Amino acid sequence: MEHAVLVSYLRWIVLLPLLGAAVNGIVGAAIQKRYGKGAISVIACTVVGLAFLFSLRAFLHLWGLPPEQRFLLDRLLYWIHIGDLNVDIAFWVDPLSAVMILIVTGIGGLIHVYAVGYMHEEESYWRFFTFLNLFTAAMLTLVLADNFLLMFVGWEGVGLCSYALIGFWYKEHANTSAGNKAFIVNRIGDAGFTLGVFTIFWGLGAAGHASAVFRDIVPYAHHLAEISVLGVPAATLAALFLFVGATGKSAQIPLYVWLPDAMAGPTPVSALIHAATMVTAGVYMMARLHFLFSLSPVALNVVATIGALTALFAATIGLAQNDIKRVLAYSTVSQLGYMVLGAGVGAFGAAIFHLMTHAFFKACLFLGAGSVIHAMGGEQDMRRMGGLKEKMPYTFWTFLISTAAIAGIPPLAGFFSKDEILWKVFASGHRALWVLGFLGAGLTAFYMSRQVFMVFFGECRADHHTRHHLHESPPVMTYPLLILAAGALFAGFLGVPAALGGSNRFEQWLEPVFAVGHGHGAHAVHHAVEPIEYLLMLVSVGIALAGIFLAYLMYYRGSLSPDLFSAAAGGKPYEWIYNKYYIDELYYATFVRLTFFFCWLGASFDRYVIDFIVDGAARVAAFLSWLNGWFDNLVIDGIVNAIADATFALGNRLRQVQTGNINLYLYVIVGAVVAVQFLPRLSSDILTTILFAVVVALIVIGGAAWVFARRPLWRPPVLRGGTTQSH
Amino acid sequence: MSGALFEIGLRHFLCVSLFVFVLGLYCVLTRKNAIGILMGVELILNSANINYLAFSHFSSGRYDGQVFALFVIMLAAAEAVIGLAIVLGIYQNFATIDVEATDNLQG
Amino acid sequence: MPMKAIIFYLLALLTVGSAAVVAFSRNIVYSAFSLLGTFMGVAGLYVLLAADFVAVIQVLIYVGGILVLIIFAVMLTHRIDDVAVSNRSVGRIPAAVIVVSVGVLMGTAIVSARWAQTANVRVAPTTAGIGDAFLGPYILPFELASVVLLVALIGAIVVSRKEIR
Repeated sequence: MEHAVLVSYLRWIVLLPLLGAAVNGIVGAAIQKRYGKGAISVIACTVVGLAFLFSLRAFLHLWGLPPEQRFLLDRLLYWIHIGDLNVDIAFWVDPLSAVMILIVTGIGGLIHVYAVGYMHEEESYWRFFTFLNLFTAAMLTLVLADNFLLMFVGWEGVGLCSYALIGFWYKEHANTSAGNKAFIVNRIGDAGFTLGVFTIFWGLGAAGHASAVFRDIVPYAHHLAEISVLGVPAATLAALFLFVGATGKSAQIPLYVWLPDAMAGPTPVSALIHAATMVTAGVYMMARLHFLFSLSPVALNVVATIGALTALFAATIGLAQNDIKRVLAYSTVSQLGYMVLGAGVGAFGAAIFHLMTHAFFKACLFLGAGSVIHAMGGEQDMRRMGGLKEKMPYTFWTFLISTAAIAGIPPLAGFFSKDEILWKVFASGHRALWVLGFLGAGLTAFYMSRQVFMVFFGECRADHHTRHHLHESPPVMTYPLLILAAGALFAGFLGVPAALGGSNRFEQWLEPVFAVGHGHGAHAVHHAVEPIEYLLMLVSVGIALAGIFLAYLMYYRGSLSPDLFSAAAGGKPYEWIYNKYYIDELYYATFVRLTFFFCWLGASFDRYVIDFIVDGAARVAAFLSWLNGWFDNLVIDGIVNAIADATFALGNRLRQVQTGNINLYLYVIVGAVVAVQFLPRLSSDILTTILFAVVVALIVIGGAAWVFARRPLWRPPVLRGGTTQSH
Repeated sequence: MSGALFEIGLRHFLCVSLFVFVLGLYCVLTRKNAIGILMGVELILNSANINYLAFSHFSSGRYDGQVFALFVIMLAAAEAVIGLAIVLGIYQNFATIDVEATDNLQG
Repeated sequence: MPMKAIIFYLLALLTVGSAAVVAFSRNIVYSAFSLLGTFMGVAGLYVLLAADFVAVIQVLIYVGGILVLIIFAVMLTHRIDDVAVSNRSVGRIPAAVIVVSVGVLMGTAIVSARWAQTANVRVAPTTAGIGDAFLGPYILPFELASVVLLVALIGAIVVSRKEIR
């Protein structure tokens, strides 16, 4: 790890699709209007193509290095350096991520080309390719990230683009609901992922080696097994949390429910995101953190069990579906179960191998299904298809090859990868899980053959109009099919196990990655070949052939009626698997309604408490202002008016002194003279004083009484002061 | 006391003047007739004159009091003239010289 | 010398009696004519006070001028048929109270005060002395008094003129 080669071209693998998304996103509508859809497709496909070339360069660069030094590092930006957290935007290529980026850019590029033809009549063409490029950029970020945070950025990015692309035809409510479901279920997984990251960081911090960068965690990860949280080792806790994230992304029990609904999106989306890339992010993450999982046998057991259960569970549901894409969706869930199962028994190399082969044949299957849907004018119900093999030869043959691959028929790719996983499961002692996987393989072969027979063989059950319009898809759609089918044919040879004389180059290539770290994750590639391996190989091929034969009898020859099985045991089992075991209904009745209850709670709180307080405050303010106005009117204006009134009243009275009566005037004059003359001369003579006082008092009192007792002769009109406005 | 009664001194004249003043005051305060009021004023002025001359004669050997008394007479004359002219004017406007009738400006 | 006293008391009686008639009579003409008696009595008292010039002026001006004027006014303004009740009085009680109290006060003052008495009581003709005084120390009031009289003259004419439209 210390000898990573510093390069500067890895960033283009991520930045080119990002640039394509930016250009198409910002000016795409204008470009499309001016230069047509061709310009959009050129931009979109070119950036992915160039990213593929850079990925190829990285791969070749890696190949040229000695195995223990196969690490490339490209530091792009200084990012977060706070306390113990030191992460940069840096891209890291080791053999594992080299495989992944080749898959993403290669198969992704082919799907881009296919989509040029498939989405040909879409008005929002530019929006589609914007999100497709953005998705590619996010997936590549996830794969190339050298630390948890950058990986999480990519992790969330693919979730977001998945939401945008599933709900691409947003005018239909069902599509947007499917997009919501995908995003929300993924978010639940992301919560687990985040908790896992926190646990690791905290655990390492407690051990003194806090870091979020993968290559720095590897040597110290064993500390996590020593630290315990509530009696559970931190390694187990972190692994389980991270696995919750993986179940969300990789559609395992219990968070798989979004994937079948995601078929509401355009078929290229289903191929890219839900077959080849996004759903594999969970498996990739577990492979990247294999050293952590290896520290916790408990976690590995949980992973393996859930993987096996999912593989069988989804396969049973796939038996009864009639929508061509639904079958493929459940098939994807099932195959992911195999990958997770492989990771769970420590066979990370085998899991990644199956990831690669599955990318080829599942993408081919989805694109083929898209080709069929395109030819049928939008029809997706297999019961209305049939006999298409003459009309659509390319589609038919590639579909057939891919079906054989997924069924596990040697020497196609699926055989080698699936068999490798099943052998590793058996060899690690999980016999019961092997049985589940084994049965699942049989069912897979059956329902995939059923699909082939129903769609391509027999009489065409479509109506007259559709039958006339049946035609093979244009080359832009069939060429990717051919390339992918070739991959389904030959990719398996990269991983031929020693038992069959091969050297399993694939696992050799990945060995340096998985040999690092402690625990029982490391498997010697060159193990001794045991006879039981051959037996198991034969048995799994056998059950696959049995499945195909059964489908042949039921859907081609018609000698065995499907009703026999659907009506078996009172029809109840069939009803159960047809209705997907009512899991969606169960989730709705519990979690969804619980969430709605909390929504209702929050809304009620907001309406009755918060609004009450706010309105109350407003009402208090209004009341205070009313009070203020009332006070102003009553008191302030009252004072002003009272002063005016007092002035008037006083004047009113006092002017009555002017009686016009001369006698009164003379009285007053005399009285005044008397007062003025004798007032200073209050003598010591009591009699005089008393007499004088009496006289003065008489005059004063008589005058005042006379003034104020007289009836006023005239009132002036009342003039009100103040600032009151007329109401 | 007989001396006081027969020996005419300042106080005797002052008492006479007092009586006339009081009667003039009474006339001023009670009369409704405008001319009656003016007559009261004349009485008051005369009583003042008596006072002046009495003091001039008994308390001061000079002529100042008499000069003042002459001034008072002069002004009394002028005042009587004006007053009576006004009374005649009132009579022309109100057809009466009852002072209670001239209350047009009251209030 | 009781002669002076008797004359004084007679003159005083005349004066006060006439003044009483002026004050209490209900007939304006009676009041006007008794004013004559008052003026004459006062003139006599002036003589007793050795103010010969002032006494003569009193008779000339007061009796010959003012009294005549008053009688003219009385004749010009009262209605012939209301002669009997032409000089009523109102508010006699309050007036009486005031008047009596004032009189008592002043009377007490007169009687009890120690008036300054001069020894230089002259009984001599005063005309020359008054004349000197008018053109000596009292020249200014004298001139102003003449202005006042002029104003009074003009004012009286203006006030009593009838408006001719």
